[in-house]
Amino acid sequence: MERTSVPPIHNVAICGGTHGNELTGVYIVREMQKQKMEKAGSVSVTTVETNPRAVAAGRRYTEMDLNRCFTDVLLSSPITESTLYEVRRAQELNAQLGPKGSAEAVDLLIDLHNTTSNMGLCLILRPNRNAILSVIHKILYFKNNLSSVPVRAIQLDIPSSKAYSLESVGKHGFAIEVGPQPNGVLRADIFNVVKEALDLTLQWLQKFSSGHSFEGGTVEAYTFVKSVDYPRDSAGKATAVIHQNLQDNDFKLLRSGDPIFQTFSGDILKYEGEDLYPFFVNECAYYEKKIAFHLAQRKTYSFPPISVKND
Amino acid sequence: NNNNTARFDAARRVAIFGGTHGNEMSGVTLVNLWMQNSAEIQRKGLEIKPFITNPKAVEKCVRYVDTDLNRAFTQENLSATGGDELPYEVQRAQEINRMFGPKGSAEAYDVIFDLHNTTSNMGCTLILESSKDAFNLQMMNYIKKAFAPASCLVLLNEHPLLKYSTSRSVAKHPVGMEVGPQPQGVLRSNIFEAMRVILKHALDFISLFNEGMEFPPCTVEVFRVLERMDYPRDANGNIIAMVHPNLQDCDWEPLNPGDPMFQTFDGKTIHYQGSSTVYPTFINEAAYYEKQQAFVTTRRETLAASAISKTTK
Repeated sequence: MERTSVPPIHNVAICGGTHGNELTGVYIVREMQKQKMEKAGSVSVTTVETNPRAVAAGRRYTEMDLNRCFTDVLLSSPITESTLYEVRRAQELNAQLGPKGSAEAVDLLIDLHNTTSNMGLCLILRPNRNAILSVIHKILYFKNNLSSVPVRAIQLDIPSSKAYSLESVGKHGFAIEVGPQPNGVLRADIFNVVKEALDLTLQWLQKFSSGHSFEGGTVEAYTFVKSVDYPRDSAGKATAVIHQNLQDNDFKLLRSGDPIFQTFSGDILKYEGEDLYPFFVNECAYYEKKIAFHLAQRKTYSFPPISVKND
Repeated sequence: NNNNTARFDAARRVAIFGGTHGNEMSGVTLVNLWMQNSAEIQRKGLEIKPFITNPKAVEKCVRYVDTDLNRAFTQENLSATGGDELPYEVQRAQEINRMFGPKGSAEAYDVIFDLHNTTSNMGCTLILESSKDAFNLQMMNYIKKAFAPASCLVLLNEHPLLKYSTSRSVAKHPVGMEVGPQPQGVLRSNIFEAMRVILKHALDFISLFNEGMEFPPCTVEVFRVLERMDYPRDANGNIIAMVHPNLQDCDWEPLNPGDPMFQTFDGKTIHYQGSSTVYPTFINEAAYYEKQQAFVTTRRETLAASAISKTTK
C-alpha cells in the first residue's frame, strides 16, 4: 500500500477518574502530575483528573455518568442551577480540552478506564480515517512490547455529534480500558501495564513527531454490533446470572447453542444468532444500563506505512 | 465419654442475612430468592428466616448509606436514643437486635449466617468470632469436610482490638460466610453456587444436630487474626503504594520476612518487615481502603472442640 502522511500531533491529554471508582487512571494521573510529566520530546502532555467529586466519593458518578455527557446537545445545553454536576463538568472539560470539533481541541485525548470484565487491554475508538491509522500503529507497537496482557481494538460506529464519551473532545482520541479489576480496587499489575502502555504511546508520539516512518500491516478490530440484556421477570428483576462458560471469556467466539445464562432455578439459556464475539461480559456498571454483555464482529484491516505530514 | 460432651439446646431459630453490605451480591441474590421461595432452605423442625439486613444499601447497590452496618452492633449503638435522628444503620441495628436478639439474651436467635463477598482472593471462608464456641467449631468442621476436596477455610477474629460488632453477633452462634473474589455490584455464578453449597451443608449440620446426632471431639484448623497492615501513606493520608504483584491474590499463602509486600507508583518494592512468617488475608479488599487496611495477617492454629450433642429433656 502507498505511504500515507498524517497531520502532526503536538499535544496530548491523559485523563483519569472519568469514572470515580476506576482507580488505575486516578493514580496514573496523580503519579504523572507528581513526576511533572509535561513533555514527551516535542509533544506537550496535559494530565487531568476529570471527575474529582466521583473520585472523592468512590463512586462511578455523582448524578450522571460523565462519560455519557459529551454529545453536542449536552455540551451546548444552557447551565442553570438544576444542571447536573457531570453535565457542568463535561462543559468545563470541553472548554479546557476542546472545544470538540474545533481547531483548538487537543490533538489526542486518551481516557483511562477499568472494567470488571476479563478484557485485558482494549483500545476503544470511533473510526475516523486518521485515528484508525495512528491507533492501529499504536496497537501494533503495544503488541510487540506488552507481552503480559492481550491487546485488542474495539470500534464504536457513532457519528461525532452523537459521540457521548470524553475522548470525542480531542481531534483524535481513544479510551484505554483494562480489566478485570473490581471497582474501588487498585491492582499493581494493571497499574504497571497501563503505565507501560502510556510510556509506549508517548514514545511512539515522539518518534512520529520526529519524522519516523512506521511500517504498514494488518490488525484485527472488534466492531460493536448489539448488546444483550439479562432475562428479567415482570417486575424487571434479572432472573439469571451469566453462565460460567461465558463468564471471563470475553472475545471468545459465541455460537448458536452456547450457554449464556443460568437462571436462579437452574435452567440454562442458550445463545441464538450469528457467530459474534462477546465483550464487557458482566461489567458491573452495565447492570443499570440493562446490558449483560456486548457482541461484536471481528474484522481484519490492513493499513499503509505512515509518517508525519510536513507542513 | 458423656462427661466431656458439651450440650446445647436444639437450634430451632436460624436466620440467613444477606445485604449487610448492599453491594455484595451473592447474599442479596440468595436471600431475595429464598424470600420468594424457601423450599431449598427448609429443614424439619427448624425455623429458617432469610432476611435483608440493609435494604436501603441494597437498593442503591452501595456498601452502606450512613455507616457500616457490620460495625454497628456495639452496646453503645444498640442502646442509643434518638430515633430518626440516628444514622440509618444504627436504627437498622436496633431493629435487627429487636427481631433477632436481644444480643446476649436467652431469646436471641440460635444461629445467624451472614453472607458476604470480598474482592480478595479468599475462596470460601467461614468467619468465627469465638474459639470457645464448640457448636460453631463442630459446624465448621462439618462444612469443611462436606465441601472437600474444595477448600473452605476458617478465619478466627477474636482479637480484642480488631474484633468488631457484626450483624450476626446478635445470635448465640454467629457464623460469617465470606466468598471471593467478586467485584462489588457483580454477581458471578461460581461464587453464587459456592455460597449456596456451603450454606446447604451448614443447614444439614443443624438438622442432624437437632435430630440428636452426637458429634465426636474434633480439631479444626483456623487462621487467627493478628494484625492489620495499612498501605504506606503520605502526610495527607493518600496511599503511596499498592499491594505488590507477588502478594496480590495470595491470600492464605505464607508471607515471610523480606518478601515483597507493596510496590510504589514509581516501581520500588517495600518488603515485609515482620519477625516471623504470617498468613495474609483480605488482601486488597475494596472496602478496606477507607478502614486503613491493605490486608490482615494471621497465624495458623489448631483448635480442639469437645464432642457436642443436643440437650435431652
